[in-house]
Amino acid sequence: MNRFTGKQRLGLNLLCLLICLLHIVPFYILITTSLKALGDFSSMWVLPQEWSFENFIVAWEQAQLGTAMFNSGFITFFSAAFLIIAGSLAAYPLARRQTKLNKFVYLFFIGIMIVPPLTVLVPLYQMVVDWGLLNTRAVAIFNNVAAFLSMTIFLYAGFIRSTVPKELEEAAKIDGANTLTIFFRIVFPLLKPITATVLIIACVYIWNDFQFAIFFLQEASVQTLPVAVNSFFGENSANLNLVAAASLVALLPMTLLFLFLQRFFIEGLAQGSIK
Amino acid sequence: MENTEKYESADSNAKKNKIKRSKTSSLWIMYVPALAFVIIFIVYPFINGVRISFTDWDGFSQTRNFVGFEQYTRMLTDPTTWLVVRNTLLYGIGSTFLQMTVGLLYALLLMQSLKMRAVTRTIVYMPVIISPLIMGYIWYFMFAYSNGALNDIVMLFGLDRINWLNNPGLNPFLIVLVNTYQFVGISMIVFIAGLQSVSKEYYEAARIDGASLFQQFKNITIPLLMPAITINVVLNIIGGLKLFDVIVSLTGGGPGDASQSMSTFMYSLYFDRQDAGYAATQGVLMVIIILVITLASVIYLRRKEVEA
Repeated sequence: MNRFTGKQRLGLNLLCLLICLLHIVPFYILITTSLKALGDFSSMWVLPQEWSFENFIVAWEQAQLGTAMFNSGFITFFSAAFLIIAGSLAAYPLARRQTKLNKFVYLFFIGIMIVPPLTVLVPLYQMVVDWGLLNTRAVAIFNNVAAFLSMTIFLYAGFIRSTVPKELEEAAKIDGANTLTIFFRIVFPLLKPITATVLIIACVYIWNDFQFAIFFLQEASVQTLPVAVNSFFGENSANLNLVAAASLVALLPMTLLFLFLQRFFIEGLAQGSIK
Repeated sequence: MENTEKYESADSNAKKNKIKRSKTSSLWIMYVPALAFVIIFIVYPFINGVRISFTDWDGFSQTRNFVGFEQYTRMLTDPTTWLVVRNTLLYGIGSTFLQMTVGLLYALLLMQSLKMRAVTRTIVYMPVIISPLIMGYIWYFMFAYSNGALNDIVMLFGLDRINWLNNPGLNPFLIVLVNTYQFVGISMIVFIAGLQSVSKEYYEAARIDGASLFQQFKNITIPLLMPAITINVVLNIIGGLKLFDVIVSLTGGGPGDASQSMSTFMYSLYFDRQDAGYAATQGVLMVIIILVITLASVIYLRRKEVEA
């Protein structure tokens, strides 16, 4: 592997450093801006003379970031749970029983993946209003589950086909266990790796979802983080320092999670895309 | 003794039959919940959307008139439609091209065993997990007109401030840039995975034959990376064609409709302009465009993979 001389290696490391600096700039600017008091017109490139944490307190209270964080967590948790249960259950027969009906249903799920969720906005909105689901966390959960189910089934079915041995299930069947028992006792525990992948993909995308949330969660009490930051930005566009603080707080939970569980995130998201 | 043996074999036959029977059953009950979700929240609204696209519905009143293909002729003759389609293609194809080029370069660099490798990968990848809406706001501070980070640099060179975000010819490209910055990490990781699966023996053989680095790249790396390229194209094109969040936070689709994508245009038709019928028509066009482009690129790239 020693293809490079010492000087070349130094050059490549410096190139890496340059890339890092370039990619960090937007975050650096976000931090300096969020630490400055209103009326501090010094360049965004310099840190403030006196660090002011006032913005964070004001933003936290006015944008109701605590409520928003709870809502984001609540919606993400239940969406992921539904996705994992409904998705793995559906994938099992589709992966194992190659009947005509099952082949058709599998293709149907795959076809749904191509329909962009937003194109059904107009009729979906009308339906949600008719059913009295507007401004409920339930509607966000249902929408996210529907949007990610196809991909979840696709991932589970591929995993079951390639790694779960049929012999195990057959042995259990001879012992007289019924299908659901076999599934939850024997198959589901073997699906842990792909469940982790689904969990990570679902958590990242659903936590960050804005397209659905902005339509269906307009009241402050049910808003998720992106929606709360969006409306806060609309009200305070003259005070960039304040909105910078709100943005920084809003992206902290996922960033911290990422830094601690980096390996799982990168592998999970890459796996989800490769399959 | 004989009797029990007979009994056992009869019993196992019965069990075998039972297994056979359950093998042909499709266990459809297990996917009913998933099907219900998808039908209620995607298929049913989709069919309803096509119906609404043939009406002049405003989005809230009880009445709507069937107008036939009126909304469709309106869409095809509306110059905004073509502006929005052009932007959407720019977001989809432009981001894909840029993301893949930069992603591949990063992957080639970060394949090498360098001290800075791990930290660079982390930093390049991190924006992927951040909300695209907030990413747009972060760049808003960079692009802000007065006191913005980039204009500080522009002024350092003695030039006039640039009105980045209100410039209709420029801001679609800035949106592509921000989208690329955010998601280049995924392209990079997919390429790194692809590069790692390329056997080193190919390169050794090529070096013995005296192939230059560029020849090795063109004749070995690119063909063997075709599966990774396919994944990247599909992921990025679908993501780019659906772009919504970054546009909302950076430009709001403006000035006018200059940076509108099909997603944001549909949103604004429905919620700001009470033009639900027309919004549904635009939705139908969006499905068609995404379907055609995705399928065309998949078929083309799969064929390339086979050739390689």
